[in-house]
Amino acid sequence: MNLTLKIWRQNGASDKGKLVSYKVADISEHMSFLEMLDVLNEQLVNSGEEPVAFDHDCREGICGMCSLHINGEAHGPDRGVTTCQLHMRMFKDGDTITIEPFRAKAFPVVKDLVVDRSALDRIQQAGGYISVNTSGNTQDANAIPIPKADADEAMDAATCIGCGACVASCKNASAMLFVSAKVSQYALLPQGRVEAKDRVLNMVSQMDKEGFGNCTNTGACEVECPKGISITNIARMNREYLSASIKND
Amino acid sequence: MSTLDSKTPKGPLKDKWSTYKDKIDLVNPANKRLIDVIVVGTGLAGGSASATLAELGYNVKAFCYQDSPRRAHSIAAQGGINAAKNYQGDGDSPYRLFYDTVKGGDYRSREANVYRLAEVSANIIDQCVAQGVPFAREYGGLLDNRSFGGVLVSRTFYAKGQTGQQLLLGAYSAMNRQIARGKIEMFNRHEMLDVVVVDGKARGIIARNLVTGEIERHSAHAVVIASGGYGNVYFLSTNAMGSNTTAAWKIHKKGAYFANPCYTQIHPTCIPRSGDYQSKLTLMSESLRNDGRIWVPKKMEDVHAIREGKLKPTQIAEEDRDYYLERRYPAFGNLVPRDVASRAAKERCDAGYGVNATGEAVYLDFKSAIERYGAEQAKIQGIENPSKEKIIALGEKIVEAKYGNLFQMYEKIVDENPYKTPMMIYPATHYTMGGIWVDYNLMTTIPGCYAIGEANFSDHGANRLGASALMQGLADGYFVLPYTIGDYLSDDIRTGPISTDSPEFEQAEKDVQERINFFVNNNGSKSVDYFHKRLGKVMWDKVGMARNEQGLKEAMDEIKAIREEFWKEVRVPGTAEGMNTELEKAGRVADFLELGELFAKDALHRNESCGGHFREESVELDGEQKGEAKRDDENFAYVAAWEYKGDPREAVLHKEELEFKDIELKQRSYK
Repeated sequence: MNLTLKIWRQNGASDKGKLVSYKVADISEHMSFLEMLDVLNEQLVNSGEEPVAFDHDCREGICGMCSLHINGEAHGPDRGVTTCQLHMRMFKDGDTITIEPFRAKAFPVVKDLVVDRSALDRIQQAGGYISVNTSGNTQDANAIPIPKADADEAMDAATCIGCGACVASCKNASAMLFVSAKVSQYALLPQGRVEAKDRVLNMVSQMDKEGFGNCTNTGACEVECPKGISITNIARMNREYLSASIKND
Repeated sequence: MSTLDSKTPKGPLKDKWSTYKDKIDLVNPANKRLIDVIVVGTGLAGGSASATLAELGYNVKAFCYQDSPRRAHSIAAQGGINAAKNYQGDGDSPYRLFYDTVKGGDYRSREANVYRLAEVSANIIDQCVAQGVPFAREYGGLLDNRSFGGVLVSRTFYAKGQTGQQLLLGAYSAMNRQIARGKIEMFNRHEMLDVVVVDGKARGIIARNLVTGEIERHSAHAVVIASGGYGNVYFLSTNAMGSNTTAAWKIHKKGAYFANPCYTQIHPTCIPRSGDYQSKLTLMSESLRNDGRIWVPKKMEDVHAIREGKLKPTQIAEEDRDYYLERRYPAFGNLVPRDVASRAAKERCDAGYGVNATGEAVYLDFKSAIERYGAEQAKIQGIENPSKEKIIALGEKIVEAKYGNLFQMYEKIVDENPYKTPMMIYPATHYTMGGIWVDYNLMTTIPGCYAIGEANFSDHGANRLGASALMQGLADGYFVLPYTIGDYLSDDIRTGPISTDSPEFEQAEKDVQERINFFVNNNGSKSVDYFHKRLGKVMWDKVGMARNEQGLKEAMDEIKAIREEFWKEVRVPGTAEGMNTELEKAGRVADFLELGELFAKDALHRNESCGGHFREESVELDGEQKGEAKRDDENFAYVAAWEYKGDPREAVLHKEELEFKDIELKQRSYK
């Protein structure tokens, strides 16, 4: 198929940036979206132009590095997949596709489609861990039985890949789904309960500091999340936060 | 040619590590604060090492090329992690895990390292559970296990199909704790471009900030390379797009020997290539071979009809299918080790029986499993005379519960429903057992420079067993390196900070800068990918699943020619300043073009078949094992460690003789 691409080009954080149109031809429906961009970039390199910068790495939907707002949707029109797993059979011949970076105040553009998501790392550094030494001299792994249902629910929350699609999809640019996934994983496990109070207060405080917005329950994050993280986690985080705040006073 | 000293401690195998640990030099906590350590790479090995070294008190500087340490490709590991916990009471022990690993590696790994790995494996699980890693559990609340290829016990711990992700996020959380304390300084989007050796010791690195383009000097008392494997030398592999050999290759050029580069694992169950635009290959977990049966049509006319779209695989009668693994290996059937399964698929496809347009695909069929599970469910649920449709519906539910996420991934990529029609699979490069040579302390031949995880060579011999890569990465990073590095650093407590103003740093920075300037000013006519794809094709065709003398000689010459053309004709648009993704790729491919030739040279010199390295000249000529790989223990029971001498083909061989005191060398038989 032949396509017109309107791609956000921005040469560094201080540049203003604009949408630029490109044409690509003979795109196979079996290509992934990023392979289609590879074709464009090969074309650009061969004509001596700078290729479009975009983040990507594992190309199997798990590292969380790829992003992109495609026709107004984080990770494009398919559901339950990252951009690297989106395939061109979702598009048709003659389509015009608009490709922009994830937009949020807390995600400044680095170049073209690449954004800086280090705010998410800083939230994790504020409390997204259990303070246990890595000496291996802990108690035996089976010392504390954990109900299977709790372990499974913790696992569901823990599958967050930290891509930031929830932030990009939210009209408030809220990172609540991301933060609540980590808070929930630990809140559901006995190992995480010990520091649960400080964790939720510190992580939420850092989230606010980074300039993410608040949650108004529109649920867009859950729809666009490539890993199907549920907004039930946000409810759980709110409960944890409330109870931690009361106990702290 | 010299003989290498592995510095393996004396004494009985079972006591080596504990005795050694008791006698090793320690650095007191106050002095650790005076010592800096650089860690390159933040996967399971680098992430766990960074966190542990920082926790011990060292000042750690960690580097990754991605935008966050959590992106490292360990995250993509699916199946699980082995540990000799014996929770199932099925006879497992550290010795048995050690034995399976040495045998699975076709007797080409270092016995003492493997035993140590097996010994610390149980601690890994304790550690990860304490960190909040949500491993799968049974209804009683205890940890669940599953079984993997090549072993007779259930020792694999898992977190759905995302074990690597959960373990890496555990290590990442431990890093975050240390980053918050200021004990780890994290350098995201930085790429190491050289190591700096001062007075014979590794004392720092030159790194490029991938956002600003700035070339930076970083000093330390020791440098740890945890940059993963070199599978992307094939262009197409299951590695991440950015996975590269640059850090490992740079230390090789400065004196670290590169061991057994020809030992590469080609994983049998990956989604086949669909066209020339293909950028990477996707793995389908080995666990699928528990229930999937692998076959191709018996009749050539059926193959043609399938390729032309006139026949569907489901229309081929049972008697017209060749379940070639079950035919050739009745004892192990579809669960033969990875190297054997891969070669068998290649053999059928080379004979013309490949079932897709490229001729490089075989079927992985779940029909029998669906029917078997369905019938069992009907019985359990008390359904009398169930219809065929009912049985299939019940069976599909069971298969979905076991492999749902993999089936969904397959469907998204291939656009076919694997419940209704067999999957198509083909082998792809997955893991590299070879790597930087290290001694028992995990130190390379450059004093103060260490290599851990997939980047080193030591534990998997010529073939790695499933679920053992995660184990090795975390064992090295959490439990081995933090001890052994202290032995070296105890001499450095009075050294003080390492200056970056020395001539060595200046020279290394100048070399890096010159190379970058060359790329952006070369104005050639071909893209970096053009060369990388050509290299990949030579590697796959001539240094792939089956290798012979003539092909390997040709490969060496062809790679050299591609490399020479690359340096004349490569084109890198943009400038040295700011983010330039083509420039990053150019540097990596330049290193692959050198490694590839050494890889072929190593494969040429090793005139035996062992594990993932199959030489067509070295096969059993008769008897029950006719046509199978033939190892040559008399002449090749050694590690081949190559010393850099300029041109890769001039590399000098050093041998580490492998001694097996606790294990009898046998031929692996799966018949």
